[in-house]
Amino acid sequence: MNGKNIATVYGKELRDSLRDRRTLLSMIIIPLLVVPVLVYAVSRIGSRAYASAREEIPVVMLLGGADSPRTVAALRQSPRFRIVSEAAGYRQLISDKKIRAAVQIPPGFDAGLGAGAARPVVILHYQGELKSGFAVGEIEAFFRDVREKAVTASLAAHGLPASLVTPFAVQRENVAPPEKVGGNAIGGLVPYLIIMLCFTGAVYPAIDLTAGEKERGTMETLLCSPVARVDIVLGKFFTVLTSSLCAIGLSLLSMALTMALAGAGIGATVRGALPPLDPLGLAGVLAMVLPVAVLFSALLLTIALCAKSSKEAQTYLTPLAFVVLLPVAVGLLPGIELNSRLALVPILNLSLVCKEMLSGVWHWNYIALIFGSTCAYAGVALALAVRMFNREDVLFRS
Amino acid sequence: MIEARSLTKTFRDKKRGEIRAVEDLSFRVEPGRIYGLLGANGAGKTTALRLLATLLQPTSGTATVAGFDVVAEPARVRANVGFLATSTALYGRLTARETIAYFGRLNGLPDAEIAARIQRLADELDLHEFLDRRCEKFSTGMKQKTSIARTLIHDPAVMIFDEPTLGLDVMAARSVVRFVRECRARGKTVIYSTHVMSEVEKLCDTIGIIHGGRLLAEDTLAGLRARTGEQDMEEIFVRIAGTEAVA
Ligand SMILES: Nc1ncnc2c1ncn2[C@@H]1O[C@H](COP(=O)(O)OP(=O)(O)OP(=O)(O)O)[C@@H](O)[C@H]1O
Ligand SMILES: [Mg+2]
Repeated sequence: MNGKNIATVYGKELRDSLRDRRTLLSMIIIPLLVVPVLVYAVSRIGSRAYASAREEIPVVMLLGGADSPRTVAALRQSPRFRIVSEAAGYRQLISDKKIRAAVQIPPGFDAGLGAGAARPVVILHYQGELKSGFAVGEIEAFFRDVREKAVTASLAAHGLPASLVTPFAVQRENVAPPEKVGGNAIGGLVPYLIIMLCFTGAVYPAIDLTAGEKERGTMETLLCSPVARVDIVLGKFFTVLTSSLCAIGLSLLSMALTMALAGAGIGATVRGALPPLDPLGLAGVLAMVLPVAVLFSALLLTIALCAKSSKEAQTYLTPLAFVVLLPVAVGLLPGIELNSRLALVPILNLSLVCKEMLSGVWHWNYIALIFGSTCAYAGVALALAVRMFNREDVLFRS
Repeated sequence: MIEARSLTKTFRDKKRGEIRAVEDLSFRVEPGRIYGLLGANGAGKTTALRLLATLLQPTSGTATVAGFDVVAEPARVRANVGFLATSTALYGRLTARETIAYFGRLNGLPDAEIAARIQRLADELDLHEFLDRRCEKFSTGMKQKTSIARTLIHDPAVMIFDEPTLGLDVMAARSVVRFVRECRARGKTVIYSTHVMSEVEKLCDTIGIIHGGRLLAEDTLAGLRARTGEQDMEEIFVRIAGTEAVA
């Protein structure tokens, strides 16, 4: 192994790659754009959908209530929903989202209210549908009001104070600092993004530097030089690693910029979609992703080297993207927590530990286990790459 | 100097089974001489030359190139060899100057020395016009000149050419042939493979006829003529390769 030769190969490969539009795209442009675009899209679409649901005055069908004119009149006068008269098939109408909900006034409701013996009001709604949920909220608020007024009136009739209705209040107070809330909300998404970019940043140069070179016939030219094959493969490996790390670094940079702009008040909606992240957690994520970048770079290089052409290499690496995505997606599931066995599963362990670190939880023993095991996997992958590069049936496949 | 001793290379192929691409090849090339390896498609020329350039490892036998053994000291062999083949392409996104300099650096030359040598090679090979342009836009002739400069940057004692005129027009092919002669004039050991009979006649001091991985005959042009009683190189080749095929 010769450091100077590795540096020579690395310098040339990096320069060559930086002149390639496709590498530039996956190494620099996509990582810079993905976070702001994602945050903007999520916040715009999310907040717009929410606002339009909020703005809509829900249509609510009135069922029964013929003998309760007072309540019916109050319902019809409420500006918070629009009452329509009873029609057949209201259940289907709710399912079809023609109306948001229906409210059923039991017989003798007005009369029962005064006597404190009214039968229950039934609200028909569509569980899980946002706009139906808003309608239910409005109807419930309306009847809470009706109930309170009835109670207050009856207390006054008995000469008792109105405060008896609410002898005490219940209040909520959030103790989680805002960045921890952020950790839980998008803690899964940040490692997902980083792992994806770490992978996609390495794919293109890995193909170009191996199968691409074979295809273009420059591999044999390079092998004619007196430089040892270990030096060549390491120079190429460092180039791929650089591209991968560059993708991660730039995505974090653009994330920080997006947050800074959001913090400067560019838009409250953006701030909502990207809550402040714990910088210490982010540093942890970055440290943990390093050995994974080494693992990806070495693995991609090895696989792509076995292919005859870029096209063949792509058919090998596309399914690999799913193999990488699967553990990341599993890590995003809410119920899955780190344990010592999962800490040995590459990529999944990273996804899980990142989620923890971003929400301020530091299990040092797991962190050490994950870092150590990933380094070991990365080392094996790199050794494999060097070995493959010494096999003439791989280099001169015909 | 090149000395091959019972050089043998067997490939294992899933469909074709064992392929004896080069079998028991022995020959010697002295400095200041051009050895022509003449053979049809699939005769084993490229494999033999790749063995000499240490791109492949021999299955058995060995060779000494520029004083170093190809099996024991492959890196030192490569440091003293310039290898130019149809399959040794250029990096499209690098300029000619960057390409040549890269190979200078890979050969351990200091930057100042590289710059001086590039200047000299550009004068000799007439590269100035496209020295700082990217290779992807080059014509085949420009590519070949750049490749020649690339193989010469470390001033190797041994030059290995594998069908260097393939795909070139008459003018470009002639300039390559002229350049190979110059290598001989400078005292380099040259081995040159081709299936073009006229090139062998014009260029080579010794001719080795290779067929099915074996060296069937080896002599000077005059010697081959005397042996076969034919004047024309093509007739000589058919006589030798053909008799073997019958036998
Ligand atoms: N890497 C390889 N794997 C398997 N077989 C190979 C390999 N390289 C060459 N061969 C086989 O070895 C034999 C000799 O091939 P070689 O390329 O050396 O011939 P050649 O004389 O250079 O032919 P051409 O004139 O076509 O260049 C052929 O049958 C070829 O198919
Ligand atoms: Mg050949």
